[in-house]
Amino acid sequence: MAAYMENIYLAIVLSPLIGALIAGLFGRFIGRRGAHWITIIGVGISAMLSLVAYKHLMFDGGEVYNAAVYTWLTTGGYSFEVGFLIDRLSVTMMVVVSFVSWMIHIYTIGYMRDDPGYQRFFSYISLFTFAMLTLVMSNNFMQLFFGWEAVGLVSYLLIGFWFKRESAIFASLKAFIVNRVGDFGFLIGVAAVLMYFNSLDYMEVFSQAEAVAGLTLSPIPGYEWSVMTLICICLFIGAMGKSAQFPLHVWLPDSMEGPTPISALIHAATMVTAGIFMVARMSPLYELSEVALSFILLVGAVTAFFMGLLGLVQNDIKRVVAYSTLSQLGYMTVALGASAYSVAIFHLVTHAFFKALLFLAAGSVIIALHHEQDMRKMGGLYRYMPVTWFTGLIGSLALIGFPFTSGFYSKDSIIEAVHHSQLPGSGIAYIAVLLGVFITALYSFRMFFLTFHGEERITRHTWENLKESPAVVTVPLAVLAIPSLVIGAVLVGPMVFGDYYMDALRVSASHAEGLNEMASRYTGVMGFTLNAFTHAPVWLAFAGVFTAWLFYIRFPHWPARIVGSFGLLYQFLVKKYYFDEVYQAVFAGGARGAGKLLWQQGDVQVIDGVLVNGTARVIRWSSGVIRTLQSGYLYHYAFAMIIGLLLLLAVFVHQVF
Amino acid sequence: MGQTLPILSLLIWAPILGGLFILYIGDRQKQAVKLFSLAVSVLVFLSSTLLYLRFDTSTYLMQFVEHAVWIETFGINYHLGVDGISVPLILLTTFTTVLVIIAGWEVIETRLSQYMASFLILEGLMNGVFASLDAILFYFFWEAMLIPMFLIIGVWGGPRRVYATIKFFLYTFLGSVFMLVALLYLYSKMGSFYILDLHMLPLSLTAQKWLFIAFLLAFAVKVPMWPVHTWLPDAHVEAPTGGSVVLAAILLKMGGYGFLRFSLPIAPDASAALAGFMIVLSLIAIVYIGFVALVQQDMKKLIAYSSVSHMGFVTLGFFVVFFIMGPARSIPAGSIDSVVMGLEGGMMQMISHGFISAALFLCVGVMYDRIHSREIADYGGVANTMPVFASFLMLFAMANAGLPGTSGFVGEFLVILSSFQANIWIAVLAATTLILGAAYTLWMYKRVIFGEVANERVAGLEDISLREASFLSLLAIAVLLLGIWPAPLFEIMDATINHLVEHISQPKTG
Repeated sequence: MAAYMENIYLAIVLSPLIGALIAGLFGRFIGRRGAHWITIIGVGISAMLSLVAYKHLMFDGGEVYNAAVYTWLTTGGYSFEVGFLIDRLSVTMMVVVSFVSWMIHIYTIGYMRDDPGYQRFFSYISLFTFAMLTLVMSNNFMQLFFGWEAVGLVSYLLIGFWFKRESAIFASLKAFIVNRVGDFGFLIGVAAVLMYFNSLDYMEVFSQAEAVAGLTLSPIPGYEWSVMTLICICLFIGAMGKSAQFPLHVWLPDSMEGPTPISALIHAATMVTAGIFMVARMSPLYELSEVALSFILLVGAVTAFFMGLLGLVQNDIKRVVAYSTLSQLGYMTVALGASAYSVAIFHLVTHAFFKALLFLAAGSVIIALHHEQDMRKMGGLYRYMPVTWFTGLIGSLALIGFPFTSGFYSKDSIIEAVHHSQLPGSGIAYIAVLLGVFITALYSFRMFFLTFHGEERITRHTWENLKESPAVVTVPLAVLAIPSLVIGAVLVGPMVFGDYYMDALRVSASHAEGLNEMASRYTGVMGFTLNAFTHAPVWLAFAGVFTAWLFYIRFPHWPARIVGSFGLLYQFLVKKYYFDEVYQAVFAGGARGAGKLLWQQGDVQVIDGVLVNGTARVIRWSSGVIRTLQSGYLYHYAFAMIIGLLLLLAVFVHQVF
Repeated sequence: MGQTLPILSLLIWAPILGGLFILYIGDRQKQAVKLFSLAVSVLVFLSSTLLYLRFDTSTYLMQFVEHAVWIETFGINYHLGVDGISVPLILLTTFTTVLVIIAGWEVIETRLSQYMASFLILEGLMNGVFASLDAILFYFFWEAMLIPMFLIIGVWGGPRRVYATIKFFLYTFLGSVFMLVALLYLYSKMGSFYILDLHMLPLSLTAQKWLFIAFLLAFAVKVPMWPVHTWLPDAHVEAPTGGSVVLAAILLKMGGYGFLRFSLPIAPDASAALAGFMIVLSLIAIVYIGFVALVQQDMKKLIAYSSVSHMGFVTLGFFVVFFIMGPARSIPAGSIDSVVMGLEGGMMQMISHGFISAALFLCVGVMYDRIHSREIADYGGVANTMPVFASFLMLFAMANAGLPGTSGFVGEFLVILSSFQANIWIAVLAATTLILGAAYTLWMYKRVIFGEVANERVAGLEDISLREASFLSLLAIAVLLLGIWPAPLFEIMDATINHLVEHISQPKTG
């Protein structure tokens, strides 16, 4: 059975890779149809086999698989391996990744129909699926880092997919480098793991976690740091880059320069959740550092609240969804900080579906309007695009946590979990996620109303050909709408309150109290839902929708008036808290300044000017004989060298004998 | 080793004799010269694979040994042999030479036969450096190798080639003279030029320090380490593409090889005592040069500076291990792994840098042959007209940025892991290459390859030919293979490096 499953796991990873290679290397020969068929079949195989693996682990009582595929290298006593750890956590991720990916492959046929880079695009998204699967299926830190960087690479390639656009290639470079800042922390974390655990294998590391928890190191004399805290925070810095947490969030909004399927696949549903997944995977380590957990809580809270605020002032439809992604990632991070790993993964899963849905719906609007993304030039679209309107509504309701939708169950669980958390910082985090609910509802329905309802502000030219998108676009919308509605109700029982993950996640007894208490009051999906009406979040969400209705349907002249009276604040939000400007000036400008200084002053002036040429000058001035020898002819030097050599030898030999 | 074929002599003399024969043919039959050069280089490469295939990975002893008396009076012998450190470097040399011959195929028009001959002769001499077990023989190859290199830059180089050649010459010559003095001193103590004998010689700490510094002057210039690196950007800018490739891929590795063959084993106590100094120089190379690379306007200069930064990992890996061992150098249990890892990481970085820098210089050469400019500002939007080329350069740029899955990742990863065990801050500084390396490489890529077609010259570009695709593919395979499955390379090095670790952990003052 083990060997049989091993082949299945290998096929899950390799079939998208094979598809990507064929579409990438032979795209010219197999044509557009060939490229989309080969990659869709490849990812389809992954999706189907992931289901087989899911059934194997979840229903057939199959065993956790943990073994090496091959030895990458051995150095000293260390052996670095490539291998799989397939447990209930990774298999859940595999299903989500491969399925969302598969839907997006199909959607791409419609979205990218007229693009000259069609084959290249399919090659990239299949390669992404491969990289992401490698990441979630890994059983060690080395391979995790490989997948981590590989998804970063594909993200870079895809953001800059339209490589003629200056804004796109700038955004791709920015994304890669900001991610590298995170990876820098991550790599230090990995190095610390190797030093203190003498292994990079997850199981090996987890088994020694208790022993390492007591160790300290003192990198600055006089300051004692807990080793576990250092490791956890360094690894989390990596997650901050990949999952776009404050203050490394700046790359994600710009990543919307990529084609919309990418925004859905990579920058909403899968890659950006890699950081969340990683922390959950490392729960046996994070449980041992409350400092790290508090840090995570605060970072998540700041991201959830402040990034949500920015969603209120954006006019580009994709950017609104992008800021909502940032904010929702903040929610997941808060859940991690509250030790509610299962809840974080739960929200990750529901979010993957409804956010992919929202992006694809936005994409459907964008193609119908001939690549118009400004919501001020939309309005009233529900008349022309009923499928997009309806699925967009489902996505928006799920996003704001409307009762019975998937997002409701996961978001409500997060808020409850934070409410019960005792860690320092949980109070602030609770307020942030609570207020966040209102803001989420406000910006989501602002977008929904501006796009689909109210006055038609569409330009005459686009209005003439306005119609619903083709089936390759609407079918994935419909397929994603179903889990966006129901998956929360299905999973909330087992995932949050049941024993869904078994041993894949570890929560220490003192951190588990909140969830246990919630579980003790849990009486089933209906009870959970009805109970929510006695709590604030649901009413905050309703209030948000109502406010959006007031501002954008009932009294559409209000927003302009408010902007007028809060000009400075509005400007501050429109400029995204000035992060881009500051980073550009301090880091990009600073690095270039440092480079120029070191080069011109260090290399050219001091080393070459004073040392090298100075030495030459001194020699020239000090001896007329040598000056005549400095003729610039190479053979003179060679001759001098040989004479010198012989002289040295002669003197030396004379001494010896 | 009951073998009959003197493989090492073959690897040294076949290309040299081949080169001399080409000089004799001259430029009258260009096609014959090209074909003959290619045939020689391919045959030499195939012969060198025998070293790999027949190599016994279980022992640290020298293999394929050849011995003949050369100058009996002074105990100088024609003594050849290889171990796990030299075999990978010889393979790198023979592989790179094949590429260089292909790369010069249609590009070199003046003095073709001399060009091809220079590279073949250079190949033989470089193999000699890596295979010599006699210090004087080593020195002979070490110095002789410079002559074809000077000619390559001086004859086929750019407008400021004379300045670059003289700078190169002065730097390397000044460095090597001190090495010769060191070797002669060792002979006076030991009465032998056999390198492995020199390893065993007990020396006082003071003597070791002088020796270490003498060797350092020779090797640091080659690597090149900060602050004796400024010859490299000039030499690269002026050198023809083939010259840059050999310079970056192999010549720089002589310095790293020298540290492992001479400095560490002959002066282990001095290496330990001066390790802090060496680590600081390496970190300066990684960080300072990283910033300098960022602001370069000339692609070749940028890659040259990037080379200095990447070679910083080699010296960092070699010397950080002394910090792990601590002042007493009694290796604490469990630390031996990270000592081996640091040295092997440095070796890996040398091999990987050989492939990646060769690839990057060849890519610049491909563009230079078409537009005759190396200035970043003269390009832009090359992906529009050369999509296949853009894909190759993307791969090599990512490898240069140390992306996992490419060879560029492996060495840096291991050296950073190892550095952390010495001191967290060394690892932190070294890891900044993750950001800096990505920044200077991808920023260049963005400005050259992406964007709208910048000018008419870019609009008129033709994508790479089959010949160009062939050498880029070979390098792409090497870069990916070493990135995905580096284990075979580590198997070759393992016994030798383990023995070296054992050796340097013993004090030899006494």
